[in-house]
Amino acid sequence: MTTQSETGYRSEAAALPVGTPRHHMVIFAVLLGLLLVAPSVLYPVFLMKVLCFALFASALNLLLGFGGLLSFGHAAFFGSSSYVAAYAAKAWGFNPEFAILLGVLAAAVLGLAIGALAIRRQGIYFAMVTLAFAQMVFFFALQAPFTGGEDGIQAVPRGKLFGFVDLSSDLTLYFVVVAIVFGALLLIYRIIHSPFGQVLKAIRDNEPRSISLGYKVNRYKLAVFVMSAALAGLAGATKAIVFQLASLTDVYWTMSGEVVLMTLLGGMGTVFGPLVGAAVIVTMQNYFAGFGAWVTVLQGAIFVVSVLLFREGIVGVLAKWLKKPL
Amino acid sequence: MNFKTLILASATSLLLAGTAMAQTAIKIGVLNDRSGVYADLSGEGSVIAARMAVEDFDAAGKGITVEIISADHQNKPDIASNIARQWYDQDGVDLIVDVPTSSAAFAVNEITREKNKIFMNSGAGSADLTGAQCSPNTVHWTYDTWALAHGTGSAMVAEGNSKWFFITADYAFGQALEKDTTAVVEAAGGEVLGAVRHPFPGTDFSSYLLQAQASGAQVIGLANAGGDTVNTIKQASEFGITQAGQALAGLLIFITDIHALGLETAQGLVLTESFYWDLNDETRAWSERFAAENDGKKPTMVHAGVYASVLHYLKAVEATGGKETEALMASMKSTPTSDPLFGEGMIREDGRKVHDMYLFQVKSPAESTGAWDYYNLLATIPAAEAFRPLEDGGCAFLAE
Repeated sequence: MTTQSETGYRSEAAALPVGTPRHHMVIFAVLLGLLLVAPSVLYPVFLMKVLCFALFASALNLLLGFGGLLSFGHAAFFGSSSYVAAYAAKAWGFNPEFAILLGVLAAAVLGLAIGALAIRRQGIYFAMVTLAFAQMVFFFALQAPFTGGEDGIQAVPRGKLFGFVDLSSDLTLYFVVVAIVFGALLLIYRIIHSPFGQVLKAIRDNEPRSISLGYKVNRYKLAVFVMSAALAGLAGATKAIVFQLASLTDVYWTMSGEVVLMTLLGGMGTVFGPLVGAAVIVTMQNYFAGFGAWVTVLQGAIFVVSVLLFREGIVGVLAKWLKKPL
Repeated sequence: MNFKTLILASATSLLLAGTAMAQTAIKIGVLNDRSGVYADLSGEGSVIAARMAVEDFDAAGKGITVEIISADHQNKPDIASNIARQWYDQDGVDLIVDVPTSSAAFAVNEITREKNKIFMNSGAGSADLTGAQCSPNTVHWTYDTWALAHGTGSAMVAEGNSKWFFITADYAFGQALEKDTTAVVEAAGGEVLGAVRHPFPGTDFSSYLLQAQASGAQVIGLANAGGDTVNTIKQASEFGITQAGQALAGLLIFITDIHALGLETAQGLVLTESFYWDLNDETRAWSERFAAENDGKKPTMVHAGVYASVLHYLKAVEATGGKETEALMASMKSTPTSDPLFGEGMIREDGRKVHDMYLFQVKSPAESTGAWDYYNLLATIPAAEAFRPLEDGGCAFLAE
């Protein structure tokens, strides 16, 4: 055994070359192909749920896997954005694209406010500050008159995209969601592999050294926090339009925990890990729903097993085998 | 599943007998809480109740094959909406029954309307299901918050308990319950001395109970639900509030809560329900059969509602000879309801099922003669007064 001061995922991610490895493009292409044929086999609404959570987990992964910041309050952005989008679509009659944009904007502003305070602390304190703010958002969602308390905002109209594409058909909506999520995933990929992303990884791996090199570390952290919040918001707003519903589940702290679980299970700091993690968790919740409360127990057991046996997550382990960053 | 075998057997026997009657295949989805706080009052019991309705109706003998499936919505509207969508889209479900938790019920209400199927709610409380959120595809069978607030509020004041104090869960539901009950109490000539709001969900109610005790009110109204109500009652018992002469009025509480609390703790509590197993010979006989299948646990009003609503639905299927939604809804609304549990009744235009409600008081351990002997009947609220008048609901589709 060689003594290694860094954990596996760090050396893994640190080995990522600048630029875009060709096999990533191949995987993206295969993924897109799969997404396009999937609705002929699987139930589109289920697929849309997987996609929304895949985006949510990828947004968290941007912050956690590449920024090294563990936020335990991401449900605040996911949920508040879904409330804003649902309200805009229902009460103000916004087109879905504007409702979603407004939700993303709300999440970004909230991310700026929470992030500005949270990044002043590190590690467990950072996680606790984000959790505390998320609880405040939950309380707000429970109390504010427009959120409908525990009933949530129901019967949100799916509306017409750009005023003419009717989204009431599940299949049409599915392709719109594929476009949104796939676009956002490419954006995240671009962020990770940009010079900005390289600086982020440098800060994650050795913050004092980055400071000594002259980087304004807090600006980078805040920037990635806001990006991550906005992307989580995009996932939340899309989910609100898909399920025509924004509810307290979206802002509750268990949602923050669930998305961390998805990211860790799939592979933190990998590009495709969160997608796999989200797919696994959502599929479990969907097909094991008959077991009721045992779903959470099962999730816990799977989490323990994954931490004990493959700490890098499913995709992390795969990447190790293939000796290629995924 | 022996039910499946039964269905298979009856289907085969029908085939053998030569299909003399037109076959109608019905799929009923029982969607409720099977693992959380409402698992006892709905849960598997509702599946048993639905199955009993199918057997009692002799569906197989009338050429109607019925399949019953069930799922757990974990009291979350998003999970409920997912399951309902999938049931209607993929599994060919025709009717969803039960669905406790108002937020989940609203979700199913919307999807049922969108997919033009039928939703017969038994477990949820919100009166908005036949008011602001009403739908031509929904029947709300067992009870609603309006009926509970009015039942308990007006009957208590009529009994001479005119001074009230509220302990209210501080969110939309609790505030609405407090507001509705206050209106009833004041209309009946009572007086509300004050109210205190507790955070939701709450655990420590001692300071609120002390305020209620000090207020000098005759009745402490509990405008909260589920675990909050149970905790309030437990702590009130520790303070000896009912023994000291103040009455506790539960505005949303079920017989399973009383069973969990025990008579020692819950005695003296006043509450409104639409069904109690020990009401008459018919309810006793049915409840005994039910308990035999449900580990000896007596039915709740939610179980009774599932039984009665499935029965009424099957009658409509037989009468219309098919499962076309508009025809079924029209038949169910035009035919008076009649079943051993709720007696005679009707389904109003807005989907509200109307029947008598009962005001009960929880017995003391000394009065109770055995397991599940929990209630003394204080008053019967006649059907005509039990539910919100049609014109006050603001149901939109009626105006069209």
